[in-house]
Amino acid sequence: MTDINGIIEAWVEKSSRVLDLGCGDGQLLESLKASHQVHGYGLEIDSESINHCISRGLNVIEQDLNEGLGNFANNSFDSVLMTQTLQTLRFPHLALDEMLRIGRQCIVTFPNFGHWRTRGYLGFRGRMPVTKQLAYQWYDTPNIHFFTYKDFEVLCAERNINVVNRVFVGGRTNDFGLDTVWPNLFAHTAVYNLSK
Amino acid sequence: MSITSSSTVSANIESEQSVLFRRPLQLACGTVLNEHSLTFETYGQLNDTGSNAILICHALSGDHHAAGTNKDSVVGWWDAYIGPGKPIDTDVFFVVCPNNIGSCFGSTGPASLAPSTENVWGAEFPPLEVCDWVESQTYLMEYLRIDCWAAIIGGSLGGMQAMYWAVNYPQKLKHAVVIASSLKLSAQNIAFNEVARRAIQSDPNFHQGNFIEHQTRPTQGLALARMIGHLTYLSDHALGRKFGRLVHSGDLDSTEKELVEFEVSSYLNYQGDKFARRFDANSYILITKMLDYFDLGANFENNTKAAFKQATCKFLVISFSSDWRFSPDCSKLIVDALIAADKDVSYLEIDSDQGHDAFLLPNKRYEQGLRSYLRHVAKTLFRVAA
Repeated sequence: MTDINGIIEAWVEKSSRVLDLGCGDGQLLESLKASHQVHGYGLEIDSESINHCISRGLNVIEQDLNEGLGNFANNSFDSVLMTQTLQTLRFPHLALDEMLRIGRQCIVTFPNFGHWRTRGYLGFRGRMPVTKQLAYQWYDTPNIHFFTYKDFEVLCAERNINVVNRVFVGGRTNDFGLDTVWPNLFAHTAVYNLSK
Repeated sequence: MSITSSSTVSANIESEQSVLFRRPLQLACGTVLNEHSLTFETYGQLNDTGSNAILICHALSGDHHAAGTNKDSVVGWWDAYIGPGKPIDTDVFFVVCPNNIGSCFGSTGPASLAPSTENVWGAEFPPLEVCDWVESQTYLMEYLRIDCWAAIIGGSLGGMQAMYWAVNYPQKLKHAVVIASSLKLSAQNIAFNEVARRAIQSDPNFHQGNFIEHQTRPTQGLALARMIGHLTYLSDHALGRKFGRLVHSGDLDSTEKELVEFEVSSYLNYQGDKFARRFDANSYILITKMLDYFDLGANFENNTKAAFKQATCKFLVISFSSDWRFSPDCSKLIVDALIAADKDVSYLEIDSDQGHDAFLLPNKRYEQGLRSYLRHVAKTLFRVAA
């Protein structure tokens, strides 16, 4: 399976200032710190994850992304990251605007709802998909928005967001390169590098 | 670490010590204290390289007895957090807690004898600022042969000292832990302090601060000041949960309702009276003014980012959800300024209904956060296995 952290790391400059929104247990920040000597901060609300970050000696700020990012100044970071979190936010489009205000570039990853497994789940079973990437029942899930990479690109076009780079990540089919040929069918995760 | 050691064992006190510094101490107000003494306690052992020392900074009414049980069977004010196996682990760190000047638990203050006189300082004791406490703490640091603190930790006014150290003595500490604190007081904070001071000054036994000469004490005024202060340290919810409308004495159903005393009234009166017996009225006035004067950005054209640019240590900032004296918003301003200054900082907002007092009370998540942070400090500074 493709290393998503590796894709992100290739886009982050050495010794740059990085803000990771929804940083979880700090795995990505720790890896960026080791490989790129970044000065990073993570935002997180889950107390166990926060404690993991503290144990790792990472900078972690307890802050709810849904309450805004108004405390961060314009262009105060080189890169603002958000991995697998966009679909959990109340207003993803406003979060994207804020990320682009704060960071010179933004790197976003999200589950692609157009993947054949989710399509099949809904199309043939007639049930909301429960997959490895979307592992929750519909009534108890942090994922409150479902969208495909095409939906995401329509949003970017509408809001004049520049797609600098994108990589689609598939599952086992990866080996045949199908996720590049038909990404909306074969990519379970999309990784975007965005700028204003 | 064994689980049993975490909450039952107390710190082994190197019993209370005092040191007299004969070196002049230049105060912010211009006055020079030709000599001053500090009373302090230490817990744990200083390691060979002197790299495991932690300074604990007390708040308004605190003293040097932070942990363990002293000869009067009094348990330290932060015993829940300092001791063997506790978050501030005295098996790992050498912990120092002084009583600060201007206070009234052994260190030089308004109730001490003024130099070359037979009289106590009383109202003549010079006004102090946070920088004076920190300056005096540098004397203690030198006395204990500590070159650099592994961490300076304080809640409320204690957090202000930690921040002041970080900005003004950047080479003297590796970590600052700032708990339930603020960059400066709000108008409401100052107003509460003013009400408290007025309560003391209105007591006929205050005698313009020279009550010791008059062989009396303004206990009524001091108790009232403490009752007001104490209320602001608690949350409405915590008071409601603890007392509700419970009646301490008398009967609400009787015809003599005026004899009724609510539990909350009894509690508050008890707290006020207890405090008035142990604290000096001049110290209370002096230290509340210290709080009012504190403004971290003042020497940096009110730019706290510029102030924090001076710091080289790492920061842990902690606030409590129901604290309305120094609310989470106050701590967030500290964090924002630190991030803007590109400093290392982590921030925890602990869910608690205990108000400002939460920083002194047991709380699982607060303990866990402090413990994890300090374990990492130990690991990086002197390679103690986690």
